[in-house]
Amino acid sequence: MSALAVDVRGLNKSFGPRHVVQDVSIQVERGRITGFLGPNGSGKTTTLRMLCGLLTPDSGEGAVLGLDFRRDAEAVKRQTGYMTQKFSLYEDLSIEENLDFVARVHELDRRRQRVRESLERLGLTARRKQLAGSLSGGWKQRLALAASVLHAPKLLLLDEPTAGVDPKARREFWDEIHALSAEGLTVMVSTHYMDEAERCHDIAYIAYGRLMARGTAEAVIAQSGLITFRAEGQTADGTGADRLAGALAGRPGVIMAAPFGAALHVSGVDRAALEAAIAPYRQPTLRWTEVQPTLEDVFIRLMGQSSDNFQ
Amino acid sequence: MRGLSGARILAVLIKEFIQLTRDRLTYAMILILPIGQLLLFGYAINNDPRDLPTAVLAQDQGPMARSTLAALVNSGYFKIVRTAASPRELDEAVARGEVQFALTIPADFTRRVVRGDQAQILVEADASDPAATGGAISALASLPRVALSRDLVGPVAARAGASDPFEVVIHRRYNPEAITAYNIVPGLLGVILSMTLVMMTALGVTREYERGTMESLLATPARPIEVMIGKLAPYVAVGLVQTVVILVLAKALFAVPMAGGWLALALGVLLFIVGSLALGFLISTVARTQLQAMQMSFFYMMPSILLSGFMFPFRGMPAWAQVLGSVIPVTHFLRVVRGALLKGLDTAQLWPSLAALGLFVIAIAGLAMARYRTTLD
Repeated sequence: MSALAVDVRGLNKSFGPRHVVQDVSIQVERGRITGFLGPNGSGKTTTLRMLCGLLTPDSGEGAVLGLDFRRDAEAVKRQTGYMTQKFSLYEDLSIEENLDFVARVHELDRRRQRVRESLERLGLTARRKQLAGSLSGGWKQRLALAASVLHAPKLLLLDEPTAGVDPKARREFWDEIHALSAEGLTVMVSTHYMDEAERCHDIAYIAYGRLMARGTAEAVIAQSGLITFRAEGQTADGTGADRLAGALAGRPGVIMAAPFGAALHVSGVDRAALEAAIAPYRQPTLRWTEVQPTLEDVFIRLMGQSSDNFQ
Repeated sequence: MRGLSGARILAVLIKEFIQLTRDRLTYAMILILPIGQLLLFGYAINNDPRDLPTAVLAQDQGPMARSTLAALVNSGYFKIVRTAASPRELDEAVARGEVQFALTIPADFTRRVVRGDQAQILVEADASDPAATGGAISALASLPRVALSRDLVGPVAARAGASDPFEVVIHRRYNPEAITAYNIVPGLLGVILSMTLVMMTALGVTREYERGTMESLLATPARPIEVMIGKLAPYVAVGLVQTVVILVLAKALFAVPMAGGWLALALGVLLFIVGSLALGFLISTVARTQLQAMQMSFFYMMPSILLSGFMFPFRGMPAWAQVLGSVIPVTHFLRVVRGALLKGLDTAQLWPSLAALGLFVIAIAGLAMARYRTTLD
């Protein structure tokens, strides 16, 4: 058995004239959580859908769970859980009826027992007769997660699972995902949230259909070669550091200048040019420090790069 | 009180127009519906059908019998499509619905006319649809006076006098009192079944796509045929319950005769229910929203009501409209229901209609299966 749960190469998909996924290759190690990041419309959802057999790739080959993911799509489906971006359980069925339906569709043995265990794990045993449509956003997501792992899949694909969910529910959701991962489940999750990206073992960044970066969060940051300075305080004439963003953004050597609350982050890849750009603002009232770039800095940099390539 | 703002009304109005043009199907409805239906139904529907198929059993072949036939055809209402050799053959042709009228000229027709001895011809009408036969039957009233005007000369000229030279005996079969409900109520079974079943399925499946639940369903190992059977089976039960309710009410409230043909009826109902469900499923593979599914169902319902022979006599329509009507399953279903209930026909006599329904089921279900995707491509 290979150590990779997902190992696909040269994935392509077009919808009419739009080439949504271009030559994407993904490797995901077993038992790890891989975060799938990228701007809207970058092909994340399409890639996940191709991996679980919901869409047919135009080209590409490889293995998912050791099976040819194109030829053995049915077998892959049996061992894969997929949680859609939009809540896609039946709102007019109760929590228990939804789980029961999923269990039947997967032809699971010990159906009642599995549903009961799942309800207990969710902590919804007392509310099992409640209609799924009446649950709050956070609970809906947890129910959808429970439904997508009811058949004990080996691979779990999550498409922006926590969009529109409050921070506490998100935290609980991620605790659950880590618990599942600890039991040996391989997880691929697409997200826009940087704090969630940092909760993943590995990160894959996709933009405009192309895979731009891959690795652990630290590795991705290191690979980017980005240098970031942070400014705090005020200029001589009393303007807050964050207000300098506009003035610095266009300067040579500055890739981006973004306010972080009252502070300012200025990033670039050419240290000398960056130093030169901020030199006029090295004022006693402004405190400049070199900081480690955040994932967000790196992603915005990658996004700018990829759109340049794209045009 | 706040005043009306023209600018705000205009804002909503402009937005509404833009949305209207974005939804091509709605746009099509606005134009195609009135134009298409006006052309289609305006030319197709005719409440006074002419050239109705007629079978003739001429036991008297004399010149007077020939003149009578000629006069019948000249009235414009009758078209002789079959010359029967025996009363049995004549009977069969009416029962199967092959002809609307059967004319018998008895062997002693000429002799009786010449003698002035109560000569008669017999016209049997398939009156299960009173509207289809009404005009023709009225035309028969003047037949005796005009039919023999050229034959009654010379020695028999006296017969052309005061009283009619012969009498037309009219036999209205299947619905002797010409009660419209006898024809309409069994027909309603077809219309109600298709209205509910096609729409319910079309909406039921489209709803899964619209709400996104189909995405989850497709990610499971469930096969298309399994999803289709599982989704449609409950509606077969719905259709059967509706059938029983309609038939019981038809008997209890409208005293619709039920002459038998139960096996043919059961077979027809089953085929029709399955066919309607398959059509609904097919619509759902084309429609993207529930609204579109609803509109497409209406596109189907209009001709089902107007061209199937439900509301207007099928034989009153021009040939092209009859061809169009023959493609609609309701047309064949109505023939089965009316044939079985009003005429007591069995499966052997109704097989052309049953076969047509079977063909429809196979074609539509096949098409729906071919269109239904296990993927979201």
